[in-house]
Amino acid sequence: MSTPLLAGLGILIPLLGALGVALTGRRPDLREAVSLAAATAMAFTVAALFPEVLAGGRPQLQLLELLPGLSLTLIVEPLGLLFAMIASALWILTTVYSIGYMRGNNEAHQTRFYVCFAVALAATCGIAFAGNLLTLFVFYEALTLTTYPLVTHKGDADARAGGRLYLGILLGTSIGILLVAIIATWAVAGSIEFRDGGILAGRADPFVASLLFALYMFGIGKAALMPFHRWLPAAMVAPTPVSALLHAVAVVKAGVFAVLKITIYVFGIDFLDATGASDFIMWVAAFTLLAASVVALRKDNLKARLAYSTVSQLAYVVLGATLATAMGVMGGSLQIAMHAVGKITLFFCAGAIYTAARKTEISTMDGLGRVMPFTFTAFLIASLSIIGLPPLGGAWSKWYLMVGAADAGETLMIGVLMLSSLLNVAYLLPLPARGFFRPPPEAAGESMPPGAETSAIRTARIREAPLACVGPLCITALGCLLMFFYGDAVFTLMAPVIEASTFTARLTP
Amino acid sequence: MIEAHLPVLQVVVPLILAPACVLCKDVPAWLMALLGSAWSLLCAALLLAAVLHHGPLDYAIGGWPPPWGIAYRIDTVNAFVLLLVSVIATAVVIYARRSVASEIAAGQHSLFYSAYLLCLTGLLGITATGDAFNLFVFLEISSLSSYALIAMGSDRRALTASFQYLIMGTIGATFILIGVGLSYMMTGTLNMADLAARIPTVSDTTTMRAAFAFLTVGISLKIALLPLHLWLPNAYAYAPSVVTALLAATATKVAVYVLLRFLFTVFGASFSFATMNLDIVLVPLSLAAIAAASLVAIFQSNVKRMLAYSSVAQIGYMTLGISLSNVTGLTATIVHLFNHALMKGALFLALGCVMYRIGSVHITQFAGLGREMPWTMAAFVAGGLSLIGVPLTVGFISKWLLILAALENGWWPVAVLIVAASLLAVVYVWRVVEQAYFKPPPGEATRGEAPLSLLLPTWALVAANVYFGLDTSLTADVAGIAARELLGGGP
Repeated sequence: MSTPLLAGLGILIPLLGALGVALTGRRPDLREAVSLAAATAMAFTVAALFPEVLAGGRPQLQLLELLPGLSLTLIVEPLGLLFAMIASALWILTTVYSIGYMRGNNEAHQTRFYVCFAVALAATCGIAFAGNLLTLFVFYEALTLTTYPLVTHKGDADARAGGRLYLGILLGTSIGILLVAIIATWAVAGSIEFRDGGILAGRADPFVASLLFALYMFGIGKAALMPFHRWLPAAMVAPTPVSALLHAVAVVKAGVFAVLKITIYVFGIDFLDATGASDFIMWVAAFTLLAASVVALRKDNLKARLAYSTVSQLAYVVLGATLATAMGVMGGSLQIAMHAVGKITLFFCAGAIYTAARKTEISTMDGLGRVMPFTFTAFLIASLSIIGLPPLGGAWSKWYLMVGAADAGETLMIGVLMLSSLLNVAYLLPLPARGFFRPPPEAAGESMPPGAETSAIRTARIREAPLACVGPLCITALGCLLMFFYGDAVFTLMAPVIEASTFTARLTP
Repeated sequence: MIEAHLPVLQVVVPLILAPACVLCKDVPAWLMALLGSAWSLLCAALLLAAVLHHGPLDYAIGGWPPPWGIAYRIDTVNAFVLLLVSVIATAVVIYARRSVASEIAAGQHSLFYSAYLLCLTGLLGITATGDAFNLFVFLEISSLSSYALIAMGSDRRALTASFQYLIMGTIGATFILIGVGLSYMMTGTLNMADLAARIPTVSDTTTMRAAFAFLTVGISLKIALLPLHLWLPNAYAYAPSVVTALLAATATKVAVYVLLRFLFTVFGASFSFATMNLDIVLVPLSLAAIAAASLVAIFQSNVKRMLAYSSVAQIGYMTLGISLSNVTGLTATIVHLFNHALMKGALFLALGCVMYRIGSVHITQFAGLGREMPWTMAAFVAGGLSLIGVPLTVGFISKWLLILAALENGWWPVAVLIVAASLLAVVYVWRVVEQAYFKPPPGEATRGEAPLSLLLPTWALVAANVYFGLDTSLTADVAGIAARELLGGGP
C-alpha cells in the first residue's frame, strides 16, 4: 500500500473501530475485542510510516479542498509521527486497562465510553498528521467535542459542571483566539500551510509576529497555559482511563504538539529567534511551570495533584518552543514523549488504587504500598522519570531543555527548571513514601478516631487491583526505563526537523 | 421553444395555481403547492445553467420590447437567488403537509396553500424582474400574502405580530414606491437597465439623492436591518412553523438581493458609496446588528424568537459584506444569502418538528428531548454548528469570506468582532443543547420522534449544510461571478 494512504488509514481505523464497538455493544467481550483490535491495527499502521519518514519522506494526502488554498490535507512529518506513535501505542495499553477499570468499578454506559474513546483517537491522529492550520483546527475541535461525553461520563452535577468548564474554555479559546490567529496568518502570509522554515519569515514585522505568537499560545487552550488551565483539573471528574490517555497523553499533548508544530512550521525557529516574538510567552510559561507546581503541592486529592502536575509539565514544552533554539525544540519534543509515558503510569496507578482500595486522597494512603507493591513501585519509577532522574526517560527532556536555555542565553530559565524539579520531588514522592514507610492506620497510635477500626480492617483486606489494571501500569513503568536507553531513536527522528536551524553545529558532535 | 419562456413561466405557474388552490380541498391544494414549488425549482435550475453557459437572459413580457413593456432579466445574481428561493420553497412544502395539518385549523388549509403560492410568486417575481415598478408590485404580492400566512399562527399573538409587520412592511413598501417614483420623475424610465444608464446624468440632484434615501430605507425595513428590525422577532415567533422557515430562509434574502440590485446595478457602486457614502451608515448599523442581536438572542426563552434575533444578527453579516463594497465582500454576502437560508431553514424546520410533538418551543420544553427526539435534536445541533461557523459547515465558508473581505480593507477590529459574535452564537445554541441533552424530561409521558415526512426535508437541508460546506463550487464560485457582475457595471 502506498504510504499516503496509510496516513488516512490511521484516522479511518479508529473510526471503523468506533462503528464496530457501537454495533457489538450488546456483547461486552466481543466489544472489547473490537476495541483492542482497532488499537493494535492503528498502532501498526502508524508504525509502518516510520521507515519512510526516517528516510526523509513526507507522505501527503489531500482529503478535500474547500476554497482555493483552503484544504484538508494530511502530511506526515517526524514530529507528528512521533505524537501519533505515542498516542496509538498507549491506546493499546489503555484499552486493556480500561477493561479492568470499567468492569472493576461497574461503570455504566460502557459502549458509549469505548465509542467516544475510539473517535477521540481518530481526531488525535488527525491532529498529528495535519498538513495545514485548518486541518489542525478541524481535528482539534473534533477532539474537544468527542472527549466531552467522556469527561461528563458520570452524568452527575459535578461532572456536568466540570464538563461545562471543559467545553467553555476549550471552545472559547479555540474559536475566539486560535481561529483569529489562523485567519490573521492567512491575511499576513497568504497561506496557512505548514512549511519547513515557517511561512511568516519576511512577511510579518516583529510586533505582528509577537502578537500572533501570543494569540496562538493562548488560543491553544489544550496546552493549558495560565490563565487558561482551569479546564484540566476540571476534566478530572472523568473516569481514570480517560484522565490517563486523554488528559495525560492525547488531549494535552495535542495542545503542546500544536504549539511545537506552529513554532517550527509557521514561525520557524530562526524567525522567532531573530524577532524575539516568543519572549513574552516564555515568561508566561515559566510562571505557569512554577505556579502549577506550587498548587499541586497543596492538593490532597491524587488526581487533582496529577492534573496540576500536568499543567506544569506542559509548560515545559511551551518553554522549549519559546526558547527558539534547536535544542529547546528538541527538548520540547522529547518532553512530549517522555512525559506521556510517565504521566500515564501515574494516572494508571491512581486508578488502580481507587479500584482496589476506593481511596482518592493522598493522606489516606498510608501503608498501602505494602499491600500494593507493584502499583506503588510503578508510581515511584514514573515519578522519578517526571522529576528527570537518570536512568529514566524524563532525564533526556530536562537535559535538552536546559541545553536549549543555555543556547538561548536565558540563564534564569535554567534556574526555573531546576527549581521546578525540586518542586516535582516535593509533590510526587510523598505518596510512595507514605505508601511504603508509614504504617497502615491501625498501627497509627493511641489517638485512633472512631470508625478507624473498620477502615483498618478494610486496609487489611486490600489486594492489588485486577491484572488488567496492574499489567499495563507495569509495562508503562518499564517504558520509562526503556525510553532512557532508546531516547536516541526519538532524537534521530526529530533531527531533520531542526536541522535547518542555525544551531546545526550542536547536532553533529 | 418552452425554454425561451422559462423566466416568466417560473413566476406565472405558481400565480395561476394559487387561485386554483382555493377551489380545492386540503390534499389537492397541497399537491398544487408542491407542483408549483417543484416547477419553479426546475425552472430555476435550468435558468442558472443557461445563465452560466450563455450569459444573461432577457425576456420581454408579451413581446413588448423595453422600455415600453416589462422586461425580465436573469443574470448570475438573480438566477442564484431564484434557485435558493425555489429550493427552500420545495423543501418546506414537502414538510408542510403534516405540520400544517397540526398547526392550522381544518378548512383553512387550501387558503394557506393559496397564500403560500402567492408568496412564492411574489418572491420569484421580485427576483426575476428587470423593472423597478414591477418589482414593487411583486413586493406587495409577497408581503400581503405573508401577512396572511403569519396571521394563521395558532397563538393569538400571531394577529398582533402580523399587524405590526403589516404597518412596518407597508411603510417600507411606500418608501420604495416613493423612491421609484422620484427616479421615474428624473429619468422617465422604470426599466432598471435604462435607469442605470440615465441616473449618472442626473445624479447630482437633490431629487435623486432623496430617491436613493427612500429606496435604501424602504428596503432596509424589509431586510429588517437594525434598528428597523422590530417587526421580525414577533412575526417569526408566532407564525406557523412552516411559514417561519419559509420567510426566514427566503423573504429577507430576497430583500437583500433587492438592496444589492439597487445599490450596485441601478445606482452603481460609485454613486452609492463614493458619492452618498452609504458605508458610513451601513457599517455601524451592521456591526450593531451583529453584536446587539446576538446578545439579545442569548436571553430569549422562546427558541423561535431566539433564532429570530439570530437572524437579525446574520442580516448584519450580509449588509456588512455589502458595505465593504469589494469583490470578496459581495461574494461573502451572496454566499451567506444562500448559506444562511440553508442553516435557518434547517433550524426552523427542526423547531417545527418539536412544535409538532410538544406543541411549544419554550426552552424549558426542550428538557430531555435529546433522548426522546434524537433525530430532530441532532438536526438542530448540526444547524447550530453551522450557525456558529464551525469548519466543514456552510457557516464557516461564509464567515471565512467575510473576514477575508474585512481584512482586505484593513478592518482588523471588524474581523475580531465577527469572531467574537460567533462565540455569542455558541452560547445561545448551547443553551438549547444543554436543555435537550442534560436535563431529564419532565413528567412520565414519553414523546416520540417526529414523523418521517417532517424529518426528511429537515435532514435534506442539514445535509446541504454539510455538503456546501465541503464543496463550494456552486456557492462560492457562482457568488464570485455574481459579485464581479454586480461591481462591473449594469446588468
